[in-house]
Amino acid sequence: MTAFWLLAPIMVVAALGVVLSRKAVHSALCLAVVMISLAMMYAMQDAPFLFAVQIIVYTGAIMMLFLFVLMLVGVDKTDSLVETIKGQRLVAIVLGLLFGGVLVTVVAQAFVGPVVGLGEANADGNVHGLAKLLFNRYVFAFEATSALLITAVLGAMVLAHRERLEPRRTQRDLALERMQRYAEHGEHPGNLPTPGVYARHNAVDVPALLPDGSTSEISTSKTLRDRGVVRDGAFAGDVSVTMRRLEADGPERGRVEPPPSTPARHDGEEDL
Amino acid sequence: MSELFGNEAWWVIILKALLVFVVLVVFTLFNIWFERRVVARMQHRVGPNVWGPFGLLQSLADGVKLALKEEIFPKHAHKVVYFIAPVIATIPAFLAWAVIPFGPEVTIPFTDTVTPLQLTDMPVAVLYILAVTSIGVYGIVLGGWASGSTYSLLGGVRSSAQMISYEVAMGLSLVAVFIYAGSMSTSEIVAAQAEDTWFALPLLPSFIIYMIAMVGETNRAPFDLPEAEGELVGGFHTEYSSLKFALFFLAEYINMVTVSALATTMFLGGWRAPWGISQIDGANEGYWPVLWFLGKTLLFVFLFIWLRGSLPRLRYDQFMKFGWKVLIPASLAWIVVVCVMRRLIIDDDLDPTKILVVAGVLVVALLVVQFIPERRTPAVEAPEPDAFAGGFPVPPMPGKQPVAPSGAPVAPSGEKEA
Repeated sequence: MTAFWLLAPIMVVAALGVVLSRKAVHSALCLAVVMISLAMMYAMQDAPFLFAVQIIVYTGAIMMLFLFVLMLVGVDKTDSLVETIKGQRLVAIVLGLLFGGVLVTVVAQAFVGPVVGLGEANADGNVHGLAKLLFNRYVFAFEATSALLITAVLGAMVLAHRERLEPRRTQRDLALERMQRYAEHGEHPGNLPTPGVYARHNAVDVPALLPDGSTSEISTSKTLRDRGVVRDGAFAGDVSVTMRRLEADGPERGRVEPPPSTPARHDGEEDL
Repeated sequence: MSELFGNEAWWVIILKALLVFVVLVVFTLFNIWFERRVVARMQHRVGPNVWGPFGLLQSLADGVKLALKEEIFPKHAHKVVYFIAPVIATIPAFLAWAVIPFGPEVTIPFTDTVTPLQLTDMPVAVLYILAVTSIGVYGIVLGGWASGSTYSLLGGVRSSAQMISYEVAMGLSLVAVFIYAGSMSTSEIVAAQAEDTWFALPLLPSFIIYMIAMVGETNRAPFDLPEAEGELVGGFHTEYSSLKFALFFLAEYINMVTVSALATTMFLGGWRAPWGISQIDGANEGYWPVLWFLGKTLLFVFLFIWLRGSLPRLRYDQFMKFGWKVLIPASLAWIVVVCVMRRLIIDDDLDPTKILVVAGVLVVALLVVQFIPERRTPAVEAPEPDAFAGGFPVPPMPGKQPVAPSGAPVAPSGEKEA
């Protein structure tokens, strides 16, 4: 019973966290805590197989897939509070209260005392006892459940399936296409230059420098260029500052012609 | 399963838990050094050899340095989750070792207390290991998400997908062992292998599938896609530094040892001495089995390092396809075969040696087929290479002379035209 009184508050707090936390990922985490605590409750009640399976299947696989989707879909979004079905919230509150009332009544009527009959049920070992029940007495229910699950899996596959209209383009096809474009339009077949090459910073908004010191436009993202937040080559300015300093020091020392600031020149001006 | 499990004095349990912890941390430090030395040898280098005998203290020095580094919280990190993620990754890695058997029952020195060299055992011990490792995945995924960086997120998502898929193949390969041993408790599986042979022999396909799946499960090369440097910088731990990074590192190395120890326990007879040594009296008694156990585990760790030293990284889609379309169906089919075989053996309809003979004949037949020379089809005459096929330059194939556009062969280098 001590384990119950230790785990129960954690579970209640985590369950409230599922409902109340603002971020979907935090809700999912709280749910994982509830599931793990539940598994420990099973272990306390001499059901080690259920304990392991609860964690492997629910916490390890299903919850992980939830988390997976949540992370990829809405990393930072809080849910919109607009009702899509009219009166949904009201119905949900009423039904929730009714369900809660039923649950409280039923649980309150239950007799709480020491658990009996576990030794008898686990006489041949927990796993063997469970297997005996599943594959003898409840074999029909077990098979029916598995048939239902397989149907659901097939349904999901059918729904997610999309007929392919054209043959899949392999890596070879793509490479050939790229070379064809190079042969016909002179489009650069390789990767775009990365930002910051030979420039003073390697941040994404600093364009790479070409050998003549001018900047390469295509080395920065189009989004940044459109927003106008691309910093200038960050070199021309430095050069002029250095030149001024040198000139201030004296005209004789190490005079270098500044590179002509020609506009960016590159094959394949458009984005690939 | 020994009656002692779960009924021991509190100080024995604490002592054993502490020993497991110490063994794991020391083994990790050793493994880092071992990996660096072995990989260095494979690459014709020397590896760490300055601090301590043979450079053994190098990883300790590295660990201290790592712990003293600056702790960085990225601006967009989700503070709480970012902080607890490494802890979630590390604790299950240690927990899994609660049920790994190091040896038989021994007397603790200076006392009369008899205890098995295993923290505890339960009827579902192997499932318990699978369960805690699946919790360990959370640490990686959450760390990736909470860093607030795209590289980390992608690394975390990759690793979760990878570990879930390969855990399925791993679990299925262990099912055959459960059927053979008639139990899921680690100590009973070791005992079953003492009566029978090591399960790696009769269950060779399971063993091979397990070895592939364990590399995928631990994110090690050639399956280290979640931290592919070329694509994802460092994957899920890109934004981590200092002790938090060290925890991830520790968890990865412990997981590597965990799956190695599990492979030893399930397929290579656990702590029992290998054939040849087991004939010596007392080889399977007292504290000697710890040596055999650690030796076999180290064998698997060496395999990990060997793989890392020799294989390039797989492409992600090929890797997933391999897991779902090859490993899982193969292990399902193999489980059916094992079930039928087991039933027939129990009913005395089939002699186990007969199976081995049939399997041996099959292997020999396969080998013989490999040596039959292929019938050579006459090679199709390759067309004259066109240096400007389709308008872009084409280098000649190896062994062919480059052809100039006009058709005249290019003069060999060194003979410059006047």
